[in-house]
Amino acid sequence: MANGHSTTLHHHFESYDQQRNASSLGMWFFLAQEVMFFGGLFTAYMIYRTQNGLDFAVASSHLNIPLGALNTAILIASSFTMAMAVKKSVLAQRKAIVGYLILTLILGCGFLVVKYFEYAEKFEHNTVPGSSFEFHVEPELIAQYDLSPERVVTMEKRAEIFFSLYFMMTGLHALHMVIGVGIGIWLMFPAMAGKFNMDYHNPVENFGLYWHFVDLVWIFLFPLLYLLGGNALAGG
Amino acid sequence: MSAARPSRGLASRIFSVDHKVIGIQYALTSLCFLFVGFSLMVVMRWQLAYPGEALPLGSLLGEDRAPAGVIAPEFYNQLAAMHGTIMVFLAVVPLLVGAFGNYLVPLMVGAPDMAFPRLNMASYWTYLAGGLVMLSGFLAPGGAAAAGWTSYPPLASIATMGQTLWLFGMLLIIISSLLGSLNIIVTIVQLRTEGLSFQRMPFFLWAQLVSAFLLLLAFPALQAASFLQLMDRLAGSSFFLPSGLVVGGEVLPQTGGGSPLLWQHLFWFLAHPEVYVLILPALGIVAEVITTHARAPFWRLRWAVGSTIGIGFFAFLVWAHHMFLTGMGTVISTFFQATTMIISIPSVIILSCLFMTLWGGRIRFPSSMLFALAFLPMFGIGGLTGLPLGLAAADLQLHDTYYVIGHFHYIVAPGTLFAVFAGIYHWFPKVTGRKLDERLGKMHFWPTLLLMNGVFFPMFIVGLAGVSRRLYDGGAGFAFAREVAPLNELMSLCAWGLGIAQVPFIFNLVLTLRRKKPEAAPANPWRATSLEWLAESPPQETNFPSAPVVVAGPYTYRADAVKAETELSAGEDPTEAADFTPQWSHVPVSEP
Repeated sequence: MANGHSTTLHHHFESYDQQRNASSLGMWFFLAQEVMFFGGLFTAYMIYRTQNGLDFAVASSHLNIPLGALNTAILIASSFTMAMAVKKSVLAQRKAIVGYLILTLILGCGFLVVKYFEYAEKFEHNTVPGSSFEFHVEPELIAQYDLSPERVVTMEKRAEIFFSLYFMMTGLHALHMVIGVGIGIWLMFPAMAGKFNMDYHNPVENFGLYWHFVDLVWIFLFPLLYLLGGNALAGG
Repeated sequence: MSAARPSRGLASRIFSVDHKVIGIQYALTSLCFLFVGFSLMVVMRWQLAYPGEALPLGSLLGEDRAPAGVIAPEFYNQLAAMHGTIMVFLAVVPLLVGAFGNYLVPLMVGAPDMAFPRLNMASYWTYLAGGLVMLSGFLAPGGAAAAGWTSYPPLASIATMGQTLWLFGMLLIIISSLLGSLNIIVTIVQLRTEGLSFQRMPFFLWAQLVSAFLLLLAFPALQAASFLQLMDRLAGSSFFLPSGLVVGGEVLPQTGGGSPLLWQHLFWFLAHPEVYVLILPALGIVAEVITTHARAPFWRLRWAVGSTIGIGFFAFLVWAHHMFLTGMGTVISTFFQATTMIISIPSVIILSCLFMTLWGGRIRFPSSMLFALAFLPMFGIGGLTGLPLGLAAADLQLHDTYYVIGHFHYIVAPGTLFAVFAGIYHWFPKVTGRKLDERLGKMHFWPTLLLMNGVFFPMFIVGLAGVSRRLYDGGAGFAFAREVAPLNELMSLCAWGLGIAQVPFIFNLVLTLRRKKPEAAPANPWRATSLEWLAESPPQETNFPSAPVVVAGPYTYRADAVKAETELSAGEDPTEAADFTPQWSHVPVSEP
């Protein structure tokens, strides 16, 4: 409250330590609820995949693995630049913080651009759930698994559940990315003003935690959604 | 932020970041929602008492809702669904966590504000927006959500637009609850003042802490589920829609393959912990009131705290006892039956601790204490009648009957709401600087106690006779219910009487606030020990002139010390009365 205090210590905290501890604790608990939120979606995935194992594998083989892998690489790289931004904010190196934040945001936007092309491809091939959904099981697979015509029909229907989950989970993940980019842009202002230092860097640190978490969700989504199809094609 | 906020304009009062203002906003808003939820029930009870007869003034509801004044079945369903939703999500939990939690937690930990004041403000406004979005369903074509407060698919997935608004409202409420619970956890963990160790925390804070964890970790499951149901309704997916669903004689165009049971699992994963959020903070309020007015220390505080944490843990492992009838199989049913029996043990421990606290006390009976004392047996009835529901075999008979309604209303209405009333009478002097009128308080208490039982006790009888909770006519049209159907009229009369019984309460609030020469309440009118009573009544903007120092545990009352009421009436400073030791240090701590 005293005027000598820097404007970065909020009035209801006694010290920078307390402020930083409070905000990181808040962030970790926020992430805990995020785990529960995605946990709900992963539960839905788990149940439907258990019930429709082969159908999911077949549907998964229609996803674009190279684009998914590219996005995985982009996100891992962005986590590195993010970690560097946090480190530089502790050291109060203004230009480096700004630089690494910009890199992180560019990579984040890059991820969203790749995602856009992936989604566009799905719209072209009508594998978007809804009334215009179309899915055809390849003749090789029908032969390989000796599927009856009725089984092929259900398989084509179950593929819609897979794609519903795909759009739901990657869509909510992408929404988290968009929010992350928004927060990153907002953080650029205090970063450029040189506000961050040893005492006050929790906004960057918390943003970093959020960014890594969103990255981590993708690390689970990529194998569960994209790589699953390999099984079906390899005959496993 | 560190700059003073001297401007007292209207905008800064409405969009305040002060936890006390936000707490009062939550209190007023949730009391309004409580009134709305109650009113819906008042209308419903007409149809149950006099099935098919025209509601007085029923034509005002419009031809869609009440043709010729008779409540339409569709409208009855909306009333039922929205009554439950409003009471749970918009009235009782916001009262306990939003109002009591927000106002009291920072004061009780000796902090100037919540850890994240702006998130706190955002929490209130998203809550209000969510509530209004949900209520707006009544104006939507086809009316409000009508698939019950549980919104089970496939019924909910094919319902009218009101259900979409329900889901959007629910998403907003979940965001609000997330922000609120984060704030409470971080405030309790990080902002406790010097000397206030976890061992010295009053039970109220423990109850708030555990409830906040429940809200934080359980609600996201429903958030995920709400997104999935929204997609089913808007984007044509079929997460919860099975194959070959026939609606109105036609097969639904969705391809199906989804599982309606998945919604039930995700919903109850939230909604069962939510039940403990409805009761734990209420137990916290009752604990404060009972210790203060029994002038007795909390009996085995550690057991009660341990039990609270135990409830917090087991609350996540009992959800499927709501689903014994879904054919999950006996193995899973047995598991959830066992966890349900286990979780009843800590609940009984806490209740026993509260009862034992009374032993040897010198009990005073202000209105707050009457409500707190009535809470104990009411909660006991609610809890004990829950046991047969937790046993799979008995639940087969009782599931979805009025017995269930009776059971959980005993927990929430004469249980939690009595705790809320006790809390309002107890902390009203702190919030406003004025004591509520005791005579009006007693005129509020006795009829309320009587009528609550008049409403809910017959439900056990009706339920045991097998009457389903969803029936539009309350069972009147069924031969097996002929003997118990007349009880419906009794319950309705009691319910309407219960509404009238709240008039003294509302009068009390209004008259006390408008009284010309108020009897100014001292800082510690009840001679209680916890930190909020150190602050002025009402507290200054920063709560305390300087950070208080805690030197003792809570509830240091000595019932045997002979100093009492006479001193209060003699106008002596009651904080000097020697039958208690407050938690704070008497020596003012000077700022270095």
